[in-house]
Amino acid sequence: MRFHSLRRAAALCIAASLVAGPAAAKTISVAAGTPDANEKLQEALILAEPGDVVELAAGTWKLADGLSLDVNNVTVRGAGTGEGGSILDFSGQQGAGEGLLVTSDDVYLTNFAVINTRGDGIKSKDADRIVYHKLRVEWTAGPKATNGAYGIYPVESTDVLIDSVFVRGASDAGIYVGQSKNIVVRESIAQENVAGIEIENSFDADVHDNIATRNTGGILVFDLPSLPQQGGHNVRVFENAVTDNSTPNFAPKGNIVAGVPTGTGVLVMANRNVEVFDNVFDQNGTANVMIVGYRYDYKDPNYQPLPKAIVVRGNQHGKAGYAPAFEGGDQIAAALGGSLPPVLWDGAGDAVVLDDVGVLSLGLPDVKTPRSEAKPEPANLKGTPPAPLPEIRLPASMEARLK
Amino acid sequence: MRRFAAAIAAALLCASGAYAVSGPLPDQAVPHQAVIDGTAMPTKLSAFGLFREGTSELIPALLPYSLRTPLFSDYAEKHRAVWMPPGTNAPIGRDGVPGFPVGTVIVKSFGWPDWNGGRPVETRLLIRRAGGWVALPYIWDADGRDASLAIAGRRVPVTFRSPDGISHSINYAVPNKNQCKECHSLKGDIVPIGPKANNMEFGTAGGRSDSSRFFSYPAMRIASMPKWDDPKSGTVQDRARAYLAVNCSHCHNPEGSASNSGLFLRWTDPVNVNYGIGKRPTAAGRGSGGMDFAIAPGDPEHSFLIYRLESLDPGIAMPELGRSTVHKEGAALLRQWIAEMPKDE
Repeated sequence: MRFHSLRRAAALCIAASLVAGPAAAKTISVAAGTPDANEKLQEALILAEPGDVVELAAGTWKLADGLSLDVNNVTVRGAGTGEGGSILDFSGQQGAGEGLLVTSDDVYLTNFAVINTRGDGIKSKDADRIVYHKLRVEWTAGPKATNGAYGIYPVESTDVLIDSVFVRGASDAGIYVGQSKNIVVRESIAQENVAGIEIENSFDADVHDNIATRNTGGILVFDLPSLPQQGGHNVRVFENAVTDNSTPNFAPKGNIVAGVPTGTGVLVMANRNVEVFDNVFDQNGTANVMIVGYRYDYKDPNYQPLPKAIVVRGNQHGKAGYAPAFEGGDQIAAALGGSLPPVLWDGAGDAVVLDDVGVLSLGLPDVKTPRSEAKPEPANLKGTPPAPLPEIRLPASMEARLK
Repeated sequence: MRRFAAAIAAALLCASGAYAVSGPLPDQAVPHQAVIDGTAMPTKLSAFGLFREGTSELIPALLPYSLRTPLFSDYAEKHRAVWMPPGTNAPIGRDGVPGFPVGTVIVKSFGWPDWNGGRPVETRLLIRRAGGWVALPYIWDADGRDASLAIAGRRVPVTFRSPDGISHSINYAVPNKNQCKECHSLKGDIVPIGPKANNMEFGTAGGRSDSSRFFSYPAMRIASMPKWDDPKSGTVQDRARAYLAVNCSHCHNPEGSASNSGLFLRWTDPVNVNYGIGKRPTAAGRGSGGMDFAIAPGDPEHSFLIYRLESLDPGIAMPELGRSTVHKEGAALLRQWIAEMPKDE
């Protein structure tokens, strides 16, 4: 009989749709606090039809299992991300690899919080044109190795918009976009994660107007071998504030971000055509910008381990390089009078650095040469950059969600 | 006698051929095809007419089957059966995958012999409708006479003993409709996982079922997968591969839910880096357990594939769904396989 009562409840909750959409679109309202609140929420996410809004009332859901959404063109809208908002609390989670999993297209998630998941916070896979907007994903005890890996985690998707989110405490990356295409991450705050924002094995991304602070590393642009999509390229990182990324690395060993030195601002690894410009850097103890090759063993003949056509220009550099947290970094700093210059390059691949600051090369053009054989020396990477990358444009339907 | 087992035995007996069965069994009964073919999600399992009225005994029209290597689900005993409409059957392709016709229902009931008198806790239906496969989870009512749709899934407390005699009290997770699809998804569509010619068996020691009513086989013989727990059926590596194929590859394939991991564990996949050998974590997070490789040849203690199989923490455990206990026997087989690998591979 549960299904009948649900239908009745849903019918009662159907309100005149406030959003533009098909005439049949309805709002399914769910509230926390009732004994069956968790089942009602998951039922709403299953029974929603394209165009519908699942509206989360203010309140806290204490969830034991992961939620999932597999219906196209559904909005999940809460009443706020902070105290008094709509909080999905996974502190007692017993199953599922994430808090909320989205596997459908044209989904709009807005104005709620996901806290203390055992694994990832919100994951979307093969979910094209997803919009993450005004969300909070947080491990509320701050940085801990037992926190979940990714806060906001779109993967294998085309057209991804992440706007005005707050992510704190991820033991891998706060905002992680993997194996995707056509991506915008903007006006968001990533703090006290291992990696604040990470774009990995992805094509065509704009990361701008974000604050990445008190992470281990602020913004990472990576490419890894043996994955279905690789050859990361065309990424612009601009007009971000990347400051005080000083949290000791708390990622589980083995994960690629476990190798990110504390005090990293922007780290570009094994991508081509990455532009880092007009950012504000300050208080990044290892480096404001690092450009490196992939220096682990790999068995993938199609993998390209070098950074290529990396451009660094127009950035404002505050204090950097005073606490280099990689092996041998302190000796190099001592030899250079106490600190490293703000831009660090391992010597592999090629980059153009137009900022008027020092660049240190580790002199390791071959990624197979161990780091212990570094021959650090100042480098001049001034040159002519390739033609600027175009701005990422998302389908109008996505931007329209925010209006 | 355990009632669940008795029900299944009865169903097997009845399905075992054209023998007339005396007594109250309505052995001419067939499932309600209009409900199967329709678009509704009935609130009650009885609406499909798959079970004898007021019982958890399948009607004899269905064909029971078992799997040589099954998916581990918290030591649950699973009873599987299939139905196809009269005049249809499933031609088995050269890859061993049956082409199920519209109107097919695959029924799988989960229970423990020592819990609730052996009665099933839940029954999952996989229905081939005109628009594609639909997965529906039903939880049996307290009186055992019918089961109710649990579209959002539910946790059901159960207590049972595993084969080593240890008692487990767990919150067994009945999956929700979306979670059904997470495992049963290929390119975003729902598909059956278990019933493939290389893994299906018909009939049991008690009787032989006639599968030819439902399946037609290609001329070439399809080699069977080993039974993961029967050393006579294959080498340690082959049995480990069968275990991984059945327990992992529905997600870990290039078109499955774990496609982004780059870890592919199908029966046909080569044992190389994408099979986990020397493969570094991609998005494992805490699942890496501080280790560098999914499989470190010769070193199961430093293979995080083992670490994840032996964990119950949702941020670590694999598979992500459907497991609240550790399958010690399965993990032991994989440990042996990894331990016996040459280290320099």
